Amino acid sequence: MSLPGQLSVLFPLASGLGASSPLAAVLPASDSALERLPLTLRGLLTGWLPASWQWLANSLIAIVVLIVAFASLFALLTLAERKILGRVQNRPGPNRAPLPFLNLRTYGLAQPVADGVKMLTKEDIVPDGADRVLHFLAPIALLAFSILTLAVIPYGRLLVALDLDASVLFFFAAGAATELAVFMAGWASRNKYSLLAAMRALAQLISYELPLLLSVVPVVLMAGSLSTSVIVERQGEWWLGFLPRWYVFTPWGLAGFLVFFVASLAESNRSPFDLPEAESELIAGHLTEYSGFKYALFFMAEYFGMCALCGMAVTLFLGGWQAPLPFLSFIPSYLWFAGKLLALLGVFMWIRASFPRLRIDQLTRLAWKFLVPLALINLGTTAFWSLTADWAGLLQPLRWLIAAGLIAGPFLLLGRNLSKGLGPRTYRYAA
Amino acid sequence: MTSPAAPSSFPSGLPSSPGAHVRAVHDDFHGDLLEVSMGPHHPSTHGVFRMIVTLDGERIVRLKPVFGYLHRNHEKLGEQTTYLASMPYTDRLDYLNSMTNNWAYAIAVEKLAGQAVPERAEYVRVILAELTRLLNHTCLAGFLLQDTGCSGTPLMYAFREREKILDLFESLSGSRMMCNFQRFGGCRLDPTPEWLAAVRQLVDGYGRFLDEFEALISGNEIVMARTQGTGVLTPALAISAGVTGPMLRATGVDYDLRKVDGYGVYPRFEFRVPLGAHGDTYDRYMIRILEMRESIQILRQALRDLPAGPILDPKAKNRGFRPKPGEAYGRIEGPKGEIGFYLISDGSPNPFRYRVRPPSFVNLTILEDMCLGQTVADAVIILGSIDIVLGEVDR
Repeated sequence: MSLPGQLSVLFPLASGLGASSPLAAVLPASDSALERLPLTLRGLLTGWLPASWQWLANSLIAIVVLIVAFASLFALLTLAERKILGRVQNRPGPNRAPLPFLNLRTYGLAQPVADGVKMLTKEDIVPDGADRVLHFLAPIALLAFSILTLAVIPYGRLLVALDLDASVLFFFAAGAATELAVFMAGWASRNKYSLLAAMRALAQLISYELPLLLSVVPVVLMAGSLSTSVIVERQGEWWLGFLPRWYVFTPWGLAGFLVFFVASLAESNRSPFDLPEAESELIAGHLTEYSGFKYALFFMAEYFGMCALCGMAVTLFLGGWQAPLPFLSFIPSYLWFAGKLLALLGVFMWIRASFPRLRIDQLTRLAWKFLVPLALINLGTTAFWSLTADWAGLLQPLRWLIAAGLIAGPFLLLGRNLSKGLGPRTYRYAA
Repeated sequence: MTSPAAPSSFPSGLPSSPGAHVRAVHDDFHGDLLEVSMGPHHPSTHGVFRMIVTLDGERIVRLKPVFGYLHRNHEKLGEQTTYLASMPYTDRLDYLNSMTNNWAYAIAVEKLAGQAVPERAEYVRVILAELTRLLNHTCLAGFLLQDTGCSGTPLMYAFREREKILDLFESLSGSRMMCNFQRFGGCRLDPTPEWLAAVRQLVDGYGRFLDEFEALISGNEIVMARTQGTGVLTPALAISAGVTGPMLRATGVDYDLRKVDGYGVYPRFEFRVPLGAHGDTYDRYMIRILEMRESIQILRQALRDLPAGPILDPKAKNRGFRPKPGEAYGRIEGPKGEIGFYLISDGSPNPFRYRVRPPSFVNLTILEDMCLGQTVADAVIILGSIDIVLGEVDR
């Protein structure tokens, strides 16, 4: 394959996509100007360039847009998280930070700015005896890998920065590397808490990468593709003309989504699996020896990773950018994606506000004795589902029943085994 | 390198004998042990407390508590000042529970001087002590769950209720935490009918708070997984170490000074003493929740039966107080356990010897026994479930 050909595989959107480009024809004719807005804007910016330069300009735009969009989303998410936590904990949350020079209270909207200024003006401390190079590289590596994972998610119709044939694989390869950066940080800090955090991060990585991947395999099996764009396209039809064919609305899809969701909580080091950063045990875990901007980078990468995993969950199970009902399709696809993404992120925060943390052995036990077997059983169920695709009439409910039973039975058995010996107790009183 | 290989998996239920986990500092198969100094500046040591833990991976093979960072010569100060002047100092012992500290000290001095206490004062003392118990146990539940890694939610719910009680204390005594309220032969001030009505209102609403709290927490799968079977304390060890309070009762030993001593007017009230069966962290948490429910019962009865009369014995002489030579030990069932004051008088305005029997300190002594074989994460919640206040441990 010639070089330009290869590049057009890597950047299909980049291959001369203006309003007149052939790929733009993929957009249904009914699409509104709003739906085409991102592509139109890009066409305006790069349309005048010679075709051979357009792919470069387009990919640069994609990179910049991704980073800027998610960096501002990060700022808003930190505020949203603190507000949601505050709301759950019946306190106001941040509500003081005024806009500069205006002394105007903005219900905490200026809080991210204040946080940013604080982070940037803090002293950057490198512990004595730390591995300076690794200590410096760890936040950068973490952020870089997190941004990589953002590249393959389709944010809307034709809105994917890097449309690979194996983008799901790319996503998980880059995602797994983030844990390496956590280990780097823990190791390089020359701090015992950080070291413990690094150990925990690796144990968590090995435990949770497996159910995460195994829960994705059924989707790949059913969609017949590793490309996220194709997976979203496959979820675009309607049952009975109005029910969305998202994978989450099938027995195997629901189970897969739940496994994926739990594993992604662990993968993004979020509560109740925030063991590497367990603040009540390990001070701040791998972040203990970081301050200032490096700390902010870690924080940013954590949110990027969270966004990426939520975005992947939306893409794989929740229909990506597809509208939930046919008549709602007039709302642009990227807004649907954003809505679903924010809803999932909200659930992440809700969970953080509600649950205590697991212990490391319980964490690994949950992964190996519950999630992995369940994901494997789910894979088998998916095979059954795809083999019985032609069952019709009365066989259709039977197909649902069998599939649901294949998942629910092991779920109950494994769950009971997991919580064996635990339970509410009754207490006696002294006579 | 003589000890046997460590078990390959973490104990899922009750740990076997703790000593089985101790092994040599280094052997070629298992690698090095890691010694971590948790504290004195650590988010979960409840003050300036330090645990030097030796870890085999995540498991604790040795734990050495270090305290004394908050030592401030409390007992020596008590011998240098007059009897009454020591009263505010006792506030600072267990700074969550100044009311019960005051009461224990007042009981010791009253015993020493043969001072009678008016009935109304006894009732007010019971009301304040039970409010303090609610306050302490609510805080403990919040802090314990904070230690398990909740991001502040139970703590905030607990603190909401705690604030209400602190407001009551403030409106009664003028101070939220350093109440300095008891005097020898009664209390400093007489509670107004409005204050009593406010207490009644709080007591009526408290059961609902506990229901809500328990609905959220007590049946939570993760809370149960974390606390059930961790930090097991056997009754024999608890008794031999002198552990008292909810911690002792969580092991199943029926010992509550309110029943055993029957001090004050406690024999007049009907209440039950909840007992645990496992002696683990979950039992210690649940016993406190159940004790709060009993405290509500006591408060209801005390508020109903509160007699009229003087709040301070008219013959009581708080200033220029010189008890006859002798000794006395006064103790009550504080929220954390037996809080006692031992006093020797030589007839002078100052006690010749002033000694505190702090429940936190005594309960803390068995920390290592409970933590061996558990993980770091467990050590944190075990420490939280002991319910220490460093002001009392270090004095």
